[in-house]
Amino acid sequence: VANKTIALIYRHTLAVRITHWINVLCLTLLLMSGLQIFNAHPALYWGKASRFDTPFLSMTGRQTELGDVKGVTRIAGLEFNTTGVLGASREQGEMTPRGFPTWITVPSLHDLATGRRWHFVFAWLFVINGLAYLLYSLFSGHLWRDLTPSRTQLRGIGRSIIDHALLRFDHGEDARSYNVLQKLAYLGVIAVLVIIVLTGLTMSPGINAAVPWLVDLFGGRQSARSIHFLCATATVLFVLVHVVMVILTGIWNNVRSMITGNYAIKTTGAGHD
Amino acid sequence: MTSRIIRPKSKLKLDRRSFLRGSLAAAGSLTLVGCDTLPNTPWFKTVLDAGEALTLKAQRAVIGPGALAPEFTEADISPDFKANGSTDVDDAGYQALAANGFKDFRLEVGGLVNKEIELSLEELRALPSRTQITRHDCVEGWSSIGKWTGVPLKHVLDKAGVKPNARYVVFQCFDSLEATLDGSGQYYESIGFEDAYHPQTILAHAMNGKPLPVAHGAPIRLRVERQLGYKMAKYVMKIELVESFAEIGRGRGSYWADRGYDWYAGI
Repeated sequence: VANKTIALIYRHTLAVRITHWINVLCLTLLLMSGLQIFNAHPALYWGKASRFDTPFLSMTGRQTELGDVKGVTRIAGLEFNTTGVLGASREQGEMTPRGFPTWITVPSLHDLATGRRWHFVFAWLFVINGLAYLLYSLFSGHLWRDLTPSRTQLRGIGRSIIDHALLRFDHGEDARSYNVLQKLAYLGVIAVLVIIVLTGLTMSPGINAAVPWLVDLFGGRQSARSIHFLCATATVLFVLVHVVMVILTGIWNNVRSMITGNYAIKTTGAGHD
Repeated sequence: MTSRIIRPKSKLKLDRRSFLRGSLAAAGSLTLVGCDTLPNTPWFKTVLDAGEALTLKAQRAVIGPGALAPEFTEADISPDFKANGSTDVDDAGYQALAANGFKDFRLEVGGLVNKEIELSLEELRALPSRTQITRHDCVEGWSSIGKWTGVPLKHVLDKAGVKPNARYVVFQCFDSLEATLDGSGQYYESIGFEDAYHPQTILAHAMNGKPLPVAHGAPIRLRVERQLGYKMAKYVMKIELVESFAEIGRGRGSYWADRGYDWYAGI
């Protein structure tokens, strides 16, 4: 008879826990102040400069014949009525043309200057925190030991995808380490966050003078700005999936492990020796 | 008679779900309120200012003094270069100058110089000139590429002779972006000598091979190619060399810096 016991394992080191929560703070404020900055010109282009008649994404507030304001979002030639959320939303009760709504921007009302000040302070903190995390991961072995999928894991990726789709998650001994999809997601988001920093720097005319090849690498400043926005979108999607998975696989156990480091797994007895 | 409100089934039940929902809502509203009021508190203002100072120091450290902004080809020139900020000037004096093709325009150079000078547009055109096709990056996020011809600021400064105690070059402009009684809505900008003596820092009098249009700052616009568009003052009428800009405008060094934007606009 399997004798189920619960074992606490030490899953997250102090360095990982601290950098994780600083990252949460930074990414939240970077997203919200970033959307404030985006609102100053809610349109995206490809290439070196803007061609104002052909953005691939734009949000506009349009006056209708009835006098009210309609929010329109255009993506690659397709038009959507997004009144109330994108293009036009309520500002102190009044329907106002603005890209993203007040509840998701910092500051909430239109204030590009202050939005930029928030963005750059938290960009510094994010970069310092991120570098500390990357250096720790490289030298402690975290990167290879915990995040890099093994060959066996990669071969089993098909089964892992099916298991996730059926909401069948690892239990017991299997839950000691990350599964292959988890590892790829974490490595992927690290790559996205590196690109987000590089494209952010690419938008700086000062950095363009210092490192001219960087802007060419991303296909021009407006392309870099668009990639920056798309990477932010990808990060938001990652966070959504991440939070859903945290909830589905045991919210208290997961949250505790990112605070105290201890993660509970169910083991089947100790009678195998 | 007193009335009592009886809530027989009102039990404060704190299960996990309502706890989570409650704390999320509380965190959300705290964040929103906090983020709008925080920048008004002295300690957070210090944090935000420190961010700007760090950016300036870091950029000065990695950008060599002679590093050039990328230059482009004729084919890259934007057909739809956006004119932002002031696109015309109400000032009667300016209107009179414009009506006459700026023949009577004189650029004044004063302040901490050995010799105050005045230069006509003809005289400016006769000085050594530089033509550059560069990208103009607005703080709002868009970019346009244009070809600029003008005299490197260094030649103008050398003509007047800069006194050793001068630290900033201030540009006074014809346009007022904000209508004010005390004149504090008048556009002005300032740069340090890292930018003033940079080879791409020019007083442009031509754009895309034609005399500078009024919408883009006729007769003269400053180009500071390693910074954002708002540093590139249009409608320049006077250059002043100063030791400090504390007494000019609201004291932060430029029209937009007085309104919360960074004085150093390298990012």
